[in-house]
Amino acid sequence: MPSVQPVITVRDIVSRFGTQVVHDGVSFDVFPGEVFGIVGGSGSGKSVLLKTMLGLLRPTAGSVEIEGREITRMDERELRQVKHRYGVTFQHGALFTSLTVAENVTLPVAEAMELDEDSLARLVELRLRMVGLPLDAAAKYPAQLSGGMIKRVAVARAMSLDPALLFLDEPTAGLDPIAATAFDDLVLYLRKTLHLTVVMVTHDLDTLSRTCDRVAVLVDRRAIVDTLEGVVASDHPWVRQYFHGARGRHVTAKQEDERGA
Amino acid sequence: MDFVAEFDEAGSRLRLAGDCRMADAPALQRELKRVLTMPPSTLTVDASTAGEFAIGPIWLLREAVEALGARGTVVRFVGQRPEHFAYLDELVAHDGLGLSTHAGEPETGWLVAFGRHIAERAQAWYSALTFGGRVLSTTTTAWTSLKRLRVASVVRHVHETGVQAIPVVAVIAFLISVIAGYIGAQQLRPYGAEIYTVDLVALGVLRELGVLLTAIMVAGRTGSAYAAELGVMKLNDEVDALESMGLNPYELLVLPRVLGLVIAMPLLTVVADAMGLAGGALLTGYLLDLPWPQFVMRLDAAIADTTFWAGMVKAPIFGLLIGLTGTLRGLQVRESSRELGRLTTVAVVQSIFLVIFADALFAIFFLEIDF
Repeated sequence: MPSVQPVITVRDIVSRFGTQVVHDGVSFDVFPGEVFGIVGGSGSGKSVLLKTMLGLLRPTAGSVEIEGREITRMDERELRQVKHRYGVTFQHGALFTSLTVAENVTLPVAEAMELDEDSLARLVELRLRMVGLPLDAAAKYPAQLSGGMIKRVAVARAMSLDPALLFLDEPTAGLDPIAATAFDDLVLYLRKTLHLTVVMVTHDLDTLSRTCDRVAVLVDRRAIVDTLEGVVASDHPWVRQYFHGARGRHVTAKQEDERGA
Repeated sequence: MDFVAEFDEAGSRLRLAGDCRMADAPALQRELKRVLTMPPSTLTVDASTAGEFAIGPIWLLREAVEALGARGTVVRFVGQRPEHFAYLDELVAHDGLGLSTHAGEPETGWLVAFGRHIAERAQAWYSALTFGGRVLSTTTTAWTSLKRLRVASVVRHVHETGVQAIPVVAVIAFLISVIAGYIGAQQLRPYGAEIYTVDLVALGVLRELGVLLTAIMVAGRTGSAYAAELGVMKLNDEVDALESMGLNPYELLVLPRVLGLVIAMPLLTVVADAMGLAGGALLTGYLLDLPWPQFVMRLDAAIADTTFWAGMVKAPIFGLLIGLTGTLRGLQVRESSRELGRLTTVAVVQSIFLVIFADALFAIFFLEIDF
């Protein structure tokens, strides 16, 4: 895809906190319409990288471009416009517990623009349909929802400004395999129908193999970026352990099956 | 290219041009509203110069077209029908769950609201009773061993709610007694009875003001802290975690806090009494030129043996009320952060109310037994 303009360009990111260096030259591109996975061990700086890409954290050095706009040195106002171009879901959903599902989903819209109640109610319906939730969920509070539904509402809220880019932080963590698979399907469906670009941080090897086109592995303060097959074949000891350990084995086995067939 | 939506009434033509992002939804909605207020018999949607549409505005357009269709308007598209229409048709076709989309509680009659209110009240009383019962039963078993009384925890709470509250309680008691003494002296002066300012301050501080002000300060300071602490633990499932380990949250969380406050309140009251009397001495010395030894003599004459104790016996009771209210409200938090804020407020307001109510009962009781 090199002829296509990347949606996100991360160049030589260095993140340092005191004497602790988290990233030392992380670079990769994310292309339109792809699902891009980020994996790494605990403490490898996945969250720091995600926050840097969102413009919530300024890197010590390096740059992040979203749709060709450099966000690491932007002022608040410009950054706010960029923020309307992406949606984010957090690991535990981060739904506002004192608001109903409908209020959660319309909050970004109601804050960003003037729309009448009727249009807002219609948009709630659209967003719930988009993420495959029953419409009677609208009046419920987050505490009344199951884990899978919370993640879906989080996606509905992230999609409420029709972003071109979706960031997902550990989207399938804590979900049962059925709900996790259904969530993977949702991500793929949204990508297919809306040509979304998705960046997800995940530890779920099944999600990784089912949804991600390319993967960045954060290891030794750098990123190894390749297709999943390429990363799996890497001879870096940590990466080998990650994908060929007891949990990773069936994923790699499945891929070898596919290649054989 | 910027988005344009234009409804030409005469030609009954809706022209859409440019890329329509979510931010353009208000502009589109405005025009759609105009169309819907006086639906023409045929509407031409001219999207020949339209660019890409985001899904949100397209949905609004689709809903409007559906509504127009229902009113008998024939809608014709010029240029392409926006590509997302197919996706939306698919979305709508997907489910048979067409349920109400309106958020919030359904409207109900006053009778239902009244009944619900009664049921909630009853539930609240029941839970308060259960709480009281569990605290009581925990207390009776906890006495059996020092370990189960959680001495270290109790001491920590005495420190946090008692020792650390000394400065604020001392200052408040001092100031209030100066204010009361000042007003009193002014009222008594015309009768030449200024000397009784000492009686006023001494009786007022020792019997009522010292302990009452301390209790109100503690309710604001500690009652809220207890409710918030336990509320967050509840939201974090920490209380369930304790229970799952076979530990009694009442023994670990409630009892040390309540006990700590029952111990700290009398100690704080002593400080408040002392500072109140010091304030009285300072005021009378300054305002009435009453020398210090004479103040002490007058004080000795004014108070009975029981005066100090009439204030002091109330202190642990007030501590108990504040501690129980704070912890009860904290444990009632569930589900949301708003609940936490609400119940913390309830804890403070209710414990202050209970303290003053109990104080009134004490006043009547002391009057009856001539204490």
